Amino acid sequence: MQITVTVNGTSYTRDVEPRLLLVHFLRDELRLTGTHWGCDTSNCGVCVVWLDGAPAKSCTVLAAMADGHEVRTVEGLGDAAGLDPIQQAFSDKHGLQCGFCTPGMMMTCRALLDRDPDPSEATIREAISGQICRCTGYENIVRSVKAAAAAGQEVKA
Amino acid sequence: MQVPAPFEYARATSVADAVALLTRHGPESRVVAGGHSLIPMMKLRLANPETLIDINDLSELGTIRLDGDHLAIGALVRHAELLGSAVAGEHFPILHDAERVIADPVVRNRGTVGGSLCQADPSEDLSAAFSAISALAVITGADGERTVPVREMHVGPYQTVVGDAELLTEIRVPIRPGGSSAYAKVERRVGDWAVAAAGAALWLDGGTVADAGIGLTAVGAAHFCAPEAEEFLRGKPASEESFVEAGRIAGESCHPVADQRGPVDYKRHLAGELTTRALRRAAARARGEQA
Repeated sequence: MQITVTVNGTSYTRDVEPRLLLVHFLRDELRLTGTHWGCDTSNCGVCVVWLDGAPAKSCTVLAAMADGHEVRTVEGLGDAAGLDPIQQAFSDKHGLQCGFCTPGMMMTCRALLDRDPDPSEATIREAISGQICRCTGYENIVRSVKAAAAAGQEVKA
Repeated sequence: MQVPAPFEYARATSVADAVALLTRHGPESRVVAGGHSLIPMMKLRLANPETLIDINDLSELGTIRLDGDHLAIGALVRHAELLGSAVAGEHFPILHDAERVIADPVVRNRGTVGGSLCQADPSEDLSAAFSAISALAVITGADGERTVPVREMHVGPYQTVVGDAELLTEIRVPIRPGGSSAYAKVERRVGDWAVAAAGAALWLDGGTVADAGIGLTAVGAAHFCAPEAEEFLRGKPASEESFVEAGRIAGESCHPVADQRGPVDYKRHLAGELTTRALRRAAARARGEQA
């Protein structure tokens, strides 16, 4: 079947099998390998992308279901020339070690900050409770989100 | 890599179109909404539909509204939307209690109320919550709508009364004054199925229980409810002693099985204790106390 999906503002049309998962469409068809592929069971959250503005686990969404919809991946956050504040904060606060969970974490945390620009620690931990990091013990991820929130508040002030 | 077996995909444009597609493709077709139960089962070959009928475009099924003396929840309402709904939380705090502990926040962005009920997993939370508050399921087929109590919707694990060419379209919850509700769950970790969970709805007449609803999940309770405990409570004082005894009856009336989440006696204990806690909290809310 033919699908057209807008990813990071660019429209892509491809012929796909109905059973193709969104994570594999992004990685294998579009070569957007920033989105990682992990547990395959919607537990680990490394595959989180935005679907119509809301974080979703792309291992549990069919590419066909994204036909006509908008996807945002970690590549759509920023680039080396202009990092998103959440990317800068993960870098500054050592929010990653191996980096495997990082794209999904950043997509969820960007959405959190858009909704709640100054979240409490409990709110941050709740927001990432469906995602697994085996390196940081989550401490530095929470610090990163707080730093990004603070940076966002400064920009506004 | 886990991927589903091949299938055909069709996207429904209306409820009538979804019913027509289900009729045309027959019993080997399945409706997909959020897909967060069905797609994992398809990856494991526990479900092998020949055709998936995607209903995500049916925005008419995505609203929560007051309709006379009912709260009407569309089948396509996402878990996150029910959790975020002030009107749902005001009338039925049990729904917010339950939604807070269903899966995780990212999964709740996709998973739907109707999908959870139709998946009919024996450890599913909303089936118990909606049973406690005596919700009705509106099921639509080629001949129109029919309404079935949620308590009569489940005929076994992963089995419901929704026919092959029918679609669950709405949940209707009767709003009755003088009551409140609560849900209590024990899970091993965030996003896991319940070890056990209990929902309670109470309607008080002064210090007396006028009516009660108790839902149970993951403990083998028929139709996700505990009618013996409900019957015991009617007319009794809304007291700690009554709630403890109702919990004891609920724990004894269910049929848990031992698995990696725990042995039978532990689950029975949890069913009783969580029933008591949910009743206590529902009563405090009904009295207007902070709970």
